[in-house]
Amino acid sequence: MIDFDVIIIGGGVIGCMTARALSRYQLKVLLIEKESDIGMGASSANSAIIHAGHDPLPGSLKAEMNIKANPMWDQLSADLGIPFKRTGAYIVAIGDEDCECLDSLLQRGRENGVACEIISAEEMRNREPLINPQVSGALFTPTAGMVDPFAACIAPLENAIENGVQVKLETAFLSFLTKDGSLTGIHTNQGDFNCHWVINAAGVYSDEILRQADPESTFTIIPRKGEYYILDKSEIQLNNILFPVPSAVSKGILVLGSTHGNVLVGPNSTIEEDREDKAVTAKGLNEIWLGAQKLVPTLQPGSIIAVFAGLRASGNAPCPDCSIDYKHDFLIEACTQLKGLINLAGIESPGLTASPAIAERVIEILQQEGLKMDLKENWNPIRKARPRFHHLSMAEQKQLLKKDPRYGRVICRCEMVTEGEIIAEIHAPLPARTYDAIKRRTWLGTGRCLGSFDMPRVIELLADETCQPVTSITKKGPGSEFLFRLTKKVEA
Amino acid sequence: MSIKDRYDVIVIGSGPGGLAAAISAKKNGAKDVLIIERDVEPGGILLQCIHNGFGVEIFKKDLPGPSYAQHFINEAFSTGVEFLLDTMVLQITPEKRITASSKRHGFVEVRTKAIVLAMGCRERTRAQIRLPGTRAAGIFTAGTAQRWVNVEGYMPGKNFVILGSGDIGMIMARRLTFEGAHVERVLEVMPYLSGLTRNYVQCLLDFDIQLQLQRTIKNIIGKKRVEAIESVAVDKKWNPIPGTEEIIPCDTLLLSVGLIPENELSRQIGVMIDPITGGPIVDDSFQTNIPGIFSAGNVVHVYDLVDWVTEAGLTAGKSAARWVSSGSQTNAINLPVRAGENVRYAVPHTIQPDHLAEGDIRVQMRVRQPIEKPVWVEVRSGEKLLHRKGEPYARPGEMVTIPIKQKLMDEVKSAKDLTIAIVER
Amino acid sequence: MATILEKVICVTCPKGCTLEVTLEGDTIIKVENGCKRGHEYVHQELTDPRRMVASSVQVKGGLHPLLPVYTSAPFPKARIQELLSALRQVEVNTPVKMDDIVLRNALGTGIDIHASRDVKEEAITS
Repeated sequence: MIDFDVIIIGGGVIGCMTARALSRYQLKVLLIEKESDIGMGASSANSAIIHAGHDPLPGSLKAEMNIKANPMWDQLSADLGIPFKRTGAYIVAIGDEDCECLDSLLQRGRENGVACEIISAEEMRNREPLINPQVSGALFTPTAGMVDPFAACIAPLENAIENGVQVKLETAFLSFLTKDGSLTGIHTNQGDFNCHWVINAAGVYSDEILRQADPESTFTIIPRKGEYYILDKSEIQLNNILFPVPSAVSKGILVLGSTHGNVLVGPNSTIEEDREDKAVTAKGLNEIWLGAQKLVPTLQPGSIIAVFAGLRASGNAPCPDCSIDYKHDFLIEACTQLKGLINLAGIESPGLTASPAIAERVIEILQQEGLKMDLKENWNPIRKARPRFHHLSMAEQKQLLKKDPRYGRVICRCEMVTEGEIIAEIHAPLPARTYDAIKRRTWLGTGRCLGSFDMPRVIELLADETCQPVTSITKKGPGSEFLFRLTKKVEA
Repeated sequence: MSIKDRYDVIVIGSGPGGLAAAISAKKNGAKDVLIIERDVEPGGILLQCIHNGFGVEIFKKDLPGPSYAQHFINEAFSTGVEFLLDTMVLQITPEKRITASSKRHGFVEVRTKAIVLAMGCRERTRAQIRLPGTRAAGIFTAGTAQRWVNVEGYMPGKNFVILGSGDIGMIMARRLTFEGAHVERVLEVMPYLSGLTRNYVQCLLDFDIQLQLQRTIKNIIGKKRVEAIESVAVDKKWNPIPGTEEIIPCDTLLLSVGLIPENELSRQIGVMIDPITGGPIVDDSFQTNIPGIFSAGNVVHVYDLVDWVTEAGLTAGKSAARWVSSGSQTNAINLPVRAGENVRYAVPHTIQPDHLAEGDIRVQMRVRQPIEKPVWVEVRSGEKLLHRKGEPYARPGEMVTIPIKQKLMDEVKSAKDLTIAIVER
Repeated sequence: MATILEKVICVTCPKGCTLEVTLEGDTIIKVENGCKRGHEYVHQELTDPRRMVASSVQVKGGLHPLLPVYTSAPFPKARIQELLSALRQVEVNTPVKMDDIVLRNALGTGIDIHASRDVKEEAITS
């Protein structure tokens, strides 16, 4: 007896996009996620850019997936209600030395088939008045854009759920189940599930899962931490994506706007042995601040409203094209040692951009591997974004309030998130069950007060709506409870 | 309750500043006065400040915060101030049209002749002090913890470390101890206390809670919930001193690292903000740069005593009522009040010398550096000393007040500006 | 008898003056700095230290589960913990008016515990 045709391990943007791609077919699909919500790894801690594709090494899988995926985002955004703005991006040269690099960047961009042009320093100053006046020129890539990285996970998975995909949270993969050397399912902390196919989209843990199936593999993830600042939108407005001229290892420390209006500064890149360590460091925070000031010297520390860090799942996969000497490519392939396992590993930047193309590649691989895939007749590609009270016109606000007065009570005053919105997320197709889950969906608590005002109210709403005591409401899953006991219940 | 379409004065916020402004507007002749409050009950943050120490100046009594608020809530109701509770102001136009939304009252649109902004302040967060470490549960501002412990009835931790020796932090140290929690340490980055000395005595000393000056947090440890913090000593420039690190096990970190006036609405209307106070630039009637828009309380600058907030509210409310009855004073001369030696800022930012005809004008300031010996607070016009007042000391945690005396009217009228300074006696 | 100089920080008002007290044994010889109320405080503090205590008790039927309360007069410092334990056992019903007595003659000290605010009876809604 078979529980599922396909099980996806990992609810990051890769897993969620893959779930949606698979939901088009007459397959029983399960997505498991070890955390209390999806998108809790690198997918929610990145620069939130849809890259044009000028940067990856021509011929690499990163370049191929990036370039294929970039144009897909307009449709995805329209179908799934993912906030997305095609703003274009600038690689900004400061001083003469940087300026000499622009030509080679232009060359690489053209080789990748990406629209790009060099603009003058004057033009750059016109387009972004906050830019360092020492700017000597810039490479403009008009197809780059900004996306809401949380919605990029939640929206496709909700659409997948509405099309029949199942999701299990707080479910961690432990081992493969095999019979006579062939895959029969997976063993998890929540029991065993039978299946024929497993998609490994486990982010920083993808190498560990891969090596369970293929102990000889030399593939390894060495997580690299990136730290960020978020700046107050009422203090600084910047609607562009500004890269510095890249170094050998990273795209450098950027200053960019976001779909949400806040300016983002970061990331640095430091090797991190602990795959759960998302702590920000004093050193890192100084580094990104100095780096960002190179692009925008007038940044004010007083405008900082949040700091965070993410871990990139950096791998050591060689480029599939042997003629290209590149050792940090995506790994997207069927496992040769365990039939039925598809590995999606080492997916670092531009992984968010590439995610819909990677999902399509998974479909191709499954077909090549012999999975019979029939399209569903009634597949619904549309997932409607739930209303955001603050983004509505006054007439729409009035109408919504008449229909549901709960949209009239503002819970998060910085981001103007209402009770109605929070309750809608608690009862969404993929229910938000933790404070951080609500935060990722509504952007509540991401403003200047960092949730000081909304936190008690959100916890109360979560408890009421899910019929739990407030002491069991968590920030991000078991072990991260907010409250211990009633004030008056002091143990003797 | 029915809301009118038009009001004489609308007050945003029902904390002590807002309540006083509304009462005073009503008493000074404004006919229809409305307070818009986002919480479900009036009173503001005082309702969670259940400790004593309020009202010493105004009532000559030592009241708890809720009692202090209750007096003014009662007075507001009895004078006929209207309340729109559980309602959030969305927008204010320069023509003084206000739109607001509410679960109880739906979408609200009202017009008013004058506005008093009394939104109070918010707490500084870990990001604003660039605190490194994980994003575990158990890192709260002292005020959030205060709301849980005192109002909602829940304890947000068992073992606490408090960063910052501000009043809320020290008062929370005592409250938590009262309710059976353990406060391991209070850390302060400055070489001196940032709150009131008496709170140090009765909140920390009384309960043997250790205060460490010139120490800050180097790291927050714990992935899901806080497990410990790493503290470190700092030099005078706040640079960590290597080798002084200490790991302090705890499950909760409370931050009491300063307050910031809450002026998003003010900015949206176009009210000019003083970058030092973080609040509107006001004259001695608490009018902002926009005629008919007044501002009072912690939204202007962060006070040390609620009594002063009430006083400011009373003045703002009276000014708003007068503005409604007389229209704008077009020929008013605004004389700048400047911060001189050892004065970080002084409020009001300008005064109208004519207002001295009605009495003294109170100028309040924060000092830059503590002076633990007798000082003069001086009012100067250019080089000329107009007036001075002795104080036993000057501390950044405590506001300094000096009146511009009525009898100085002629000298003030001929001055180009006034400078306030604090010098050693 | 040798005289001892002790520094006492006055908590009577927000000024927080440091008073210098000269003691001979238990007898106060001289108090320097501070005002009249400060001098009274020093005498009290060195003979029978007391504090105003503010805490809360449980309340039924109001908007919030707790009612803030305070001591009508400064309470003996050494018995504060005992008072807090007693208050944890108190539960009152709405409506409450500010200054209502929630605990009379607490621990036999003659000091009453008062409500700090009004609490209305909340209409029961869904």
